Amino acid sequence: MVEWTDFERATIQDIFSKMDYESVGHNALARCLVVYPWTQRYFGNFGNLYNAAAIMGNPKVAAHGVVVLHGLDRAVKNMDNIKATYAELSVLHSEKLHVDPDNFRLLADCLTIVVASRLGTGFTADVQAAFQKFLAVVGAALTKQYH
Amino acid sequence: MSGGGDKEGIKSARAANSDCSLILESLIVGKSTEADSMVEWSDAERSAIAAVWGKLNLDEVGPQALGRVLIVYPWTQRYFGTFGDLSNAAAILGNPKVANHGKVVLGALDKAVKNLDNIKGTYANLSQLHCEKLNVDPDNFRLLADCLTIVIATKFGAAFPPQVQATWQKLMAVVVAALTSRYF
Repeated sequence: MVEWTDFERATIQDIFSKMDYESVGHNALARCLVVYPWTQRYFGNFGNLYNAAAIMGNPKVAAHGVVVLHGLDRAVKNMDNIKATYAELSVLHSEKLHVDPDNFRLLADCLTIVVASRLGTGFTADVQAAFQKFLAVVGAALTKQYH
Repeated sequence: MSGGGDKEGIKSARAANSDCSLILESLIVGKSTEADSMVEWSDAERSAIAAVWGKLNLDEVGPQALGRVLIVYPWTQRYFGTFGDLSNAAAILGNPKVANHGKVVLGALDKAVKNLDNIKGTYANLSQLHCEKLNVDPDNFRLLADCLTIVIATKFGAAFPPQVQATWQKLMAVVVAALTSRYF
């Protein structure tokens, strides 16, 4: 069982309650596709991903970024049971989508950078630690059903 | 650039055996010398790196990045046993030895930024130092690179778009590889 301190709970709730899911989801997924180009292989039917501008302007990328953030929202609302909350999503990503679980960490890193750039000095070291712990737990839960 | 080494290689190939010269030429033209980095930097990447680096206050960013590493990845504190109080985030961020060492690290990174075409050579001695004397697990280089990237993101906001992030992370990866190069 993952233990969360009061500070960690409050931090996660605070970050997500103030977050613009459309903008952050879009930005984080686009960054992933730009910075780690091999991830584009999962989005073969998304059309033009030829360069950074195309990726940033691609409406399917924007739409899917929001889907991902809404998926993350389920973990935010069930912090004491992320593993069970994501059991089906984990099966989906492994058996149907065949996503290499390393990529969860890459998307988490891009999401961290987007949140850092939005919060500026508000993204202190303690907040960073809490946020990265949350994303690490999410990644582990999504990987759980792979083996 | 690679001109000098390749021309010499071609001359000696021709002198050696004119019948085989064409074959040897094609082999040698592809060869890079020790001083040539295998890493290629486009003009856009060079200017993106210069632009980011030019806006950074190294004395401010170094301490922040190192502080974050010690806070977010607490096992890294084991390398700094002589630094005094690292008992919590406030202590770490206020610790003068941490601040000073953060500046040292960024000063070393400056050498990489100013020698993009030979980061591996530039860091050969530093790599040996970290491996043989300091006994630092090379995984930790990536952690510090990640924290530095995050500090930059907090400062630059929208001025750190995906393409710039990609270039910056490429630089970090090359630096980490160079620091790891003398380990094995």
